[in-house]
Amino acid sequence: MSDAAGRRGDTVRVPPQPALPADPARRTALRQAASVSVATGVYGISFGALAVAAGLDLWQTAALSVLMFTGGSQFAFVGVVGAGGAGGAAVATAALLGARNALYGATVAPLLRARGLRRVGAAHVTIDESTAVATAQRDPAAARLGFWAAGLGVFALWNAFTLVGALVGDALGDPTRWGLDAAAAAAFLGLLWPRLAGRAARAVAGGAVVVALLLTPVTPAGVPVLAAAVVAVVVGWRDPRPRLAGVTP
Amino acid sequence: MSHAALWVAVLAASAVCFATKYVGHRLPEHWLAHPRVARVAALVTVALLAALVAVQTFTADGRLALDARAVAIAVAAVALALRAPFVVVVILAAVVAALLRALGVG
Repeated sequence: MSDAAGRRGDTVRVPPQPALPADPARRTALRQAASVSVATGVYGISFGALAVAAGLDLWQTAALSVLMFTGGSQFAFVGVVGAGGAGGAAVATAALLGARNALYGATVAPLLRARGLRRVGAAHVTIDESTAVATAQRDPAAARLGFWAAGLGVFALWNAFTLVGALVGDALGDPTRWGLDAAAAAAFLGLLWPRLAGRAARAVAGGAVVVALLLTPVTPAGVPVLAAAVVAVVVGWRDPRPRLAGVTP
Repeated sequence: MSHAALWVAVLAASAVCFATKYVGHRLPEHWLAHPRVARVAALVTVALLAALVAVQTFTADGRLALDARAVAIAVAAVALALRAPFVVVVILAAVVAALLRALGVG
C-alpha cells in the first residue's frame, strides 16, 4: 500500500503524458485486488466457524489466520484435527497443501524485488489471490501494486471475518446440527473446483478419492489424506504429454 | 489432542507454511519453474483437496459412511457448476445437511 502512495507522489512531478497510460493499469489492478479481497475475505467466516467446530479455541483459530495465512492449509489443518487426526498429520497436511506457495513466491519475487523485512512481508502474503492478481497485470508497476493490495486486503478481511466466524461458530453449539461438517466438505470442494481443469487433474482427484476412502478403515485419521498425495506425485512425475521443444528452461 | 498439543501443532504448521513461502522468494526462479516440479506441486494440491472432500463427506469415526453429507456435497457440486460464489456453496451445503437431519434423514 505504501508503494501505491509513493508512486502516486512520483507521478505528480512528471509530465502527464507518460503517466496517463500507467494510471488505468494501476486502477485496474486496484479494482481487481479489491474485489478479490472482499470475495476471499468473507469466506473467512466459514473458516472461523469450522475451526471452532473442530475443537480449536478462539485464539488458536485467530492464530491460524494471522500466522499461517493460507486458506487451503488452514481448512486442511482443522479438517484433520476435527477428524481426530494427530498433530503431526495435521501439520504435514497443511504443509503439503502450502507447497504451491513456494512456486508462487518464485513467480512473484522477480516482479517485487523486495529485500529484508519487506521480503518477509511479501512472503507472508504470497497466496493464491495475491499471485493471481499480480500475474494478471501487464506492466510490472501494476503487478506490484496488485500483489500488495490483494495480499494486504485479503489479510485484513480474512482475519476480521475469521473472528466473526469463530464467534458465530462458538454460539451455534453442536456443529452437526447446523450441517457444519457438510459445510467443511463443501469448502474443500470449492477450493478444489477451479483446479480440476485438464485430464491429469481430474484423474488425480479421482485416484485420491479412491486411495483416501480405501485407507480410512485401516489407517489412523489423517493418514489417508497424506497417502492420496502420492497419487499426485506419481502422475505428475511421469506425465506422458509431449512438450514443445525449447519451452523447458 | 490436548490444548497444549494443539497449540504446538498450530504454531509448527504456521512456521512450516511461512518457511515454504519464504523459500519460494529466495530460490532462483528457474529452479521451481521446471515443468515437472510445477506439475507435481499443482497436482499435490488437487490430490489433497480431493481426499479431504472424500474423507469429510464419506467417512465417520474411521469408517465409511453414507449420510446427509453426501446429498449436501452433491448440491454443492451443482452450485459450483452454476458458478455460485464460495460462501453461497458452503452455506447451501450446511443448510441441506441441517434440513435433512432435522427431517430425520441421515
